[in-house]
Amino acid sequence: MPAIKSLEELKRVREEALQKKQAKAAAGNIQVIVAMGTCGIAAGARDTMKSVLNYIETNNLSGISVTQTGCIGLCEQEPILQVIVGEEHKITYGKVNAEIAQQIMKQHIQNGVPLKDHVLPI
Amino acid sequence: MKTKRAMIVVSNDVESIRLGSNEIVQHLHESLAAYGLQEEVDVSTISDINYSNVLPLVIVYPEAVVYGPVKVADVRYLVEEHLYKGRIIPDLLAPPKQLTGQIGSLRSHKGYNPAEQRIILEHAGRIDPENIEEFIANHGYEALGKILSENTPEQTIEIIEKSGLQGRGGAGFPTGRKWRFVHSAKGSQKYVICNADESEPGTFKDRIVLEGDPHLIIEAMAIAGYAIGANEGYVYIRGEYGLAYRRMEKAVLQAKEFGFLGSNIFGTDFNFNIHLHAGAGAYVCGEETALIESLEGKRGEPRSRPPYPVTNGLWDKPTLVNNVETLANIPAIIRNGADWYKSFGTPSSPGTKVYTIMGNVNFSGVIEVPMGITLREVINIYAKGMKPGSTLKLAQTGGSSGSIIPAVLQDTPMDFESFRKAGVSLGSGALLICDQHTCIVDLVKVLLQFFRFESCGKCTPCRIGTQRTYEIVERISQGLGKLEDLDTLVELTSEMERASNCGLGQTATVPIRDMLKHFRTEVEAHIRLGVCPTGVGEFSKESEKV
Ligand SMILES: Cc1cc2nc3c(=O)[nH]c(=O)nc-3n(C[C@H](O)[C@H](O)[C@H](O)COP(=O)(O)O)c2cc1C
Ligand code: SF4
Repeated sequence: MPAIKSLEELKRVREEALQKKQAKAAAGNIQVIVAMGTCGIAAGARDTMKSVLNYIETNNLSGISVTQTGCIGLCEQEPILQVIVGEEHKITYGKVNAEIAQQIMKQHIQNGVPLKDHVLPI
Repeated sequence: MKTKRAMIVVSNDVESIRLGSNEIVQHLHESLAAYGLQEEVDVSTISDINYSNVLPLVIVYPEAVVYGPVKVADVRYLVEEHLYKGRIIPDLLAPPKQLTGQIGSLRSHKGYNPAEQRIILEHAGRIDPENIEEFIANHGYEALGKILSENTPEQTIEIIEKSGLQGRGGAGFPTGRKWRFVHSAKGSQKYVICNADESEPGTFKDRIVLEGDPHLIIEAMAIAGYAIGANEGYVYIRGEYGLAYRRMEKAVLQAKEFGFLGSNIFGTDFNFNIHLHAGAGAYVCGEETALIESLEGKRGEPRSRPPYPVTNGLWDKPTLVNNVETLANIPAIIRNGADWYKSFGTPSSPGTKVYTIMGNVNFSGVIEVPMGITLREVINIYAKGMKPGSTLKLAQTGGSSGSIIPAVLQDTPMDFESFRKAGVSLGSGALLICDQHTCIVDLVKVLLQFFRFESCGKCTPCRIGTQRTYEIVERISQGLGKLEDLDTLVELTSEMERASNCGLGQTATVPIRDMLKHFRTEVEAHIRLGVCPTGVGEFSKESEKV
């Protein structure tokens, strides 16, 4: 990445980043986001993350991007995992341990049915 | 019957009725029926609402989205968009400023963090903190680019002054004025320091920014550097914040790669670099002069002031020390302007404040709300009320040196000015909510224990004072206190406040003062009657000599 030297260049980079994201969403790409602040990690977010990655690997899934984010303010509900399917709304799950993560991957990501019991009403 | 998934509340005070709120309610019912939602959504009304110019209001829970002024003609669209399709309608939203004061005493029974206004935590928890592109996609580094290409340092300081931003590190000092002091201080070498020591017990708001949005701090520090004429910045990160340190480290590398740090930033002749420094676990190193000593490799003891860091700081050069949360406001202010910023909060304390909530409440976590919201609102709306069986006895605002406020003060707006008037300090934003089972003597004892440990020992009033006050309060908690002890406490606290060298010794007395001011009867019960009214005191341990 060459250094950005003007506001115009910054704007271009910004638009590219946005487009990349939109293109992915439009193509039905699935985003799995694990909240990895200290509170999340303390509650076991690393295991959750591992579980998600394992599932993707063992089942040979594609079109899923797994990313992390910081604390969203609901420390009590950690580990928190969010799913965005294509251009749909973000769905936020609370208290997602490795096992629930597997269920989410199977039911929500593969079969398209969110796990009602674990969804946080936000 | 289906479970209700949402609730709509319509304002129906006299003014709202005049403007058609009854028709709105009627249309709501019709539209809900048209979309088959009548079973899922409740409609009710509220009259004691403290809004004026945006009536009638329609508030949708659980999100507590406030729409206003709403016209009858808007109703069908509102139902279709928000309740049927689940999309918030930005154009209909009531201006955010209206969220201060009473938002009605209704509790949203399901949702989380209703009606929040996020400036500081805008990206935290929404973007990948280790990916600079996500930050850029959300207007990251735009403010820096704008300032460097369009504004002089002088103009930058003017914007911050005009915004009315006050320091969030505890004291509430006007940020613009501090920037100006450093800007006009003599010397060619100046420094920016971000105070990320955050050692106040119960406070973790800065950590959330550092971990969730590290580039925001880099951008803000570079802007500050440009404004005051510094090309070096330091972030002093609490020793225990390993993850925050690593995220900042990564962010600094990325920022260098993209040219936001280094030489000739945005093609101008402005150079800026950031160094990270991990603290070693001393509370006093959050005090700015102790922090500077520690950065210089010395023992972390506060300096004598004056001179202040703004003229004689790091390596004796003019230095700006700002808290993480203070800095986190800067890019948004630059992008949107001072007037935009002033539209949040109260006239004397603009903007928002991040609070960490904990204690005997149903929800503990982090919220960012406009300045001027009351404790009652925080407890009822954001903390989802007291735990079952708990009633509010007291709250501690601002960590261990913060005030202990009794339940009767829970309607004081939480902003710098109102709190100052009520003799309360806003402090760091930690809110510890305690119920009727909390013993005031026990609480103060625990706090003094903390100060006794953390006093750096440089000056006598604090070194000895924190020790002796602790011993007295401990004695009282064990049922061994005397009434004269209370006079001794008053005497010791006045000496500590008068003669301590830094804020630690000067404010360690706040809990003692508040205890004697608001809960004297309870303290005297320990002494006169030999009982702890809450049953917490360790009276049985009487024989164990201290
Ligand atoms: C004992 C003591 C501890 C402090 N700890 C912190 C801290 O952890 N973080 C912080 O930002 N300010 C802390 N302060 C306040 C700083 O001295 C300083 O006022 C602040 O960093 C200024 O930033 P602001 O103007 O942005 O508020 C502490 C002060 C004292 C007396
Ligand atoms: S007041 Fe306490 S912490 Fe501050 S310099 Fe004196 S001894 Fe050290």
